[in-house]
Amino acid sequence: METDILSIQNVSKSFPGVRALSNIVLSVRKGEVHVLVGENGAGKSTLIKIVCGIYPPDGGTMTLEGEPYFPRTPREAMNRGIRVVYQEFNLLSYLSVAENIFFDRLPRRGIRVDRKKLFRDASEIMARVGLDADPWMPVELLGVAQMQLVEIAKALSSKCRVLILDEPTATLSPGEISRLFEIIRTEKKQGLTVIYISHHLKEIYEIGDRITVLRNGELVGTKETAEIDIPHIVSMMVGRQMDAEYPFMDSPHPKPTGEPLLEVKGLRIASSSHEISFHLKKGEILGISGLVGSRRTETVRAVFGADKKLGGSVSLEGRRLNVTSPKDAVREGICLLTEDRKSQGLVLDMPVDANISLAALDKFSHFGLIDKKAERGASQRMAGELAIKTPSMSQLVRNLSGGNQQKTVLAKWILRDAKVLIFDEPTRGIDVGAKYEIYLLLWRLLAEGKGIMIVSSDLNELIGICHRIVVFSGGAVSGEVLRRDFEQERILKYAYRVSHEGSDRE
Amino acid sequence: MNTKRIVYLMLNEAGIGLVLVLLCLLFSYFVPAFASINNISNIFTQISINTVIAVGMTFVILLGGIDLSVGSVLALCTVLAGLVITNKSIPVGSAILLAVLASMAAGMACGLFNGWVCERWKIHSFVVTLGMLNMARGAALQVSGSRTIFSFPRAFNAFGTLSYFGIPVIFMMAILLVAVGHFILEKTVFGRMIYAIGNNEEAVRLSGHNTKVYKVAAFVICGATVGMAAVLYMLRLNIASPILGTGFELSAIAAVVIGGTSMSGGKGSLIGTLFGAAIIGVLNNGLLLLGMSDFARQIVTGAIIVGAVVLDTYRATLSVMLS
Repeated sequence: METDILSIQNVSKSFPGVRALSNIVLSVRKGEVHVLVGENGAGKSTLIKIVCGIYPPDGGTMTLEGEPYFPRTPREAMNRGIRVVYQEFNLLSYLSVAENIFFDRLPRRGIRVDRKKLFRDASEIMARVGLDADPWMPVELLGVAQMQLVEIAKALSSKCRVLILDEPTATLSPGEISRLFEIIRTEKKQGLTVIYISHHLKEIYEIGDRITVLRNGELVGTKETAEIDIPHIVSMMVGRQMDAEYPFMDSPHPKPTGEPLLEVKGLRIASSSHEISFHLKKGEILGISGLVGSRRTETVRAVFGADKKLGGSVSLEGRRLNVTSPKDAVREGICLLTEDRKSQGLVLDMPVDANISLAALDKFSHFGLIDKKAERGASQRMAGELAIKTPSMSQLVRNLSGGNQQKTVLAKWILRDAKVLIFDEPTRGIDVGAKYEIYLLLWRLLAEGKGIMIVSSDLNELIGICHRIVVFSGGAVSGEVLRRDFEQERILKYAYRVSHEGSDRE
Repeated sequence: MNTKRIVYLMLNEAGIGLVLVLLCLLFSYFVPAFASINNISNIFTQISINTVIAVGMTFVILLGGIDLSVGSVLALCTVLAGLVITNKSIPVGSAILLAVLASMAAGMACGLFNGWVCERWKIHSFVVTLGMLNMARGAALQVSGSRTIFSFPRAFNAFGTLSYFGIPVIFMMAILLVAVGHFILEKTVFGRMIYAIGNNEEAVRLSGHNTKVYKVAAFVICGATVGMAAVLYMLRLNIASPILGTGFELSAIAAVVIGGTSMSGGKGSLIGTLFGAAIIGVLNNGLLLLGMSDFARQIVTGAIIVGAVVLDTYRATLSVMLS
């Protein structure tokens, strides 16, 4: 029982501009459930992708059952017995359960599929994972939990030494979760090794033997589950914060004037059954924190009118707004910088100036004619203010670096001169220098009396720049923390709260 | 001007223009009759109608859509205009004016239907306009009782054959339309939106614009150009018929594509489209003068279309490399 089945030695991985993993050392024992935890962006997914052959590591070695292991393709990893069940399923929805399970090695008789054998084999493996369905049923008719069982059956139906489960419980009901755990325990007794990735810390105690914590691409430590409690895990995940990343951290924050600017009351969105309420003051930076799936992005998109609101009200300066489209929101003075700049923020194959003026074209046009001189002048001014590095205003945005692309989106919204600026992940995937410049810019906007909301997965960032943080969990506001009470543990506790008592999900 | 800039221009409109010039030079060398005033005037007449339709088609394709119904809608427009213009109870002057209006209105109504259905139910325009292709043809046959309409007023027919300095009036009208369209695309907010939506509709929507309005408008514009093309057709051939216009959509799409407009939207220009229509016209005319059979000409034209699209894929990678 104590022998290592998978051993990872000093594995590192970098992407352009980001060090995703550095010198990870991890050993997984045969027959254990090994839990991997860490904040968003800690490197869990990258590590898994290296183990299952999607990315090659930059350095380091791996061994599987004592043999050197260096998968160059996912297929090679599968042949060695590493199987993954991702959060997003890879099922062919129009094919049957049986065909999905044995898709890559359908039993044959001559050139035809041996349907009898397929049925027998499928029934057998389905019984093993407790999947109660007709093997000929198309997968699209199954529920999420059943689809997951199909994925697990698919993994277990061929040689499987290590089963990797990526956030398997994110979309399951409590009953379904306990059934899944039952299956894991049974398979474990048969000698299966499981690597289990989760945000739900309580689950670790139900299912995990050992736990490994990653933070910022580094290994924090591996512990026996029995020897560690949740607060301890949280402090391992969070670690020490770096101070110098944020401007004015120690100087007094400019005070919000106290006047309420934006008020969201009883907002209902399609992806949550809760009512959501919060407010934003003039001259305030409000942080929106929460795990992936906490519906923070969906909420701000609904406020902006990008997605449908099912109920509730949004008021600006005490006046109730009727915002049903981004057009309404922009007219009222609310803007949203979306989390994915390439697909939602920029017109990549158009020049920098056309992108900067995109939300404010009415200011540079008379009777539908664009005043190109005025447009160019204004974009040039914005590019100067934000220090956008580009050879010229007619350069296509596609050719700018990530940081400069992001500044271009910011320039678009600053030129629009809105009252409320909502920024969803404004500093994701950009380097430290550009981040710092963006923070400075936020302060300048505050001085002009605007209200700013920042949605971010980076808790350090929120703590560094916000006046107040509202925490989302499971589609509801689970807590609010004022600047003087900012502590990562406190905020994380709110973030994990509802999803732990998660049975109120419908 | 440095080499990069020259290569870049070559890959865009200037390159297509160059191909056109080379074609003309080649044909004039091998067939002296090609360069005669008469023949050139002929080519102008022959490409006018396709150019006008291709202008509207460019707007639709710039938005990543397509309009397969233009040929049938053109037939419907001529039939309606023909019925109005030959109505003896209306004075000749008003009849002509009303006929033009009827043709434009019918084209725009079909375009509005196309655009509205596409946007309302989020259906790809390929399918919707394929349906319109059948509906408009059926309507044209129904309205006309499947008869060809002719004997238009003399003044109308006479206007169609007018030409100044060897340039036919209907070609002048086509050029004027290209100029107006080019101005709209290059100088107006509307044109900017067409390119921006063709590139990334979601980003434009999230910048606070109602993208659906622009997308429907492009189909209406396309319908309007078809209405205009229908009038040009009647001016040129003095008939209106429910069975004409078959395959016009393919010539128009070919002109747009040869002109360098990307089928996925966001890139292209009307100058390119004009050159594209001219290349098709010159090829048809020149190869005919060379004595090539109708079938062989179809093969060559088809090959040119494929070649243009292949070139387009290189154009994209090359311009990224160069900038």
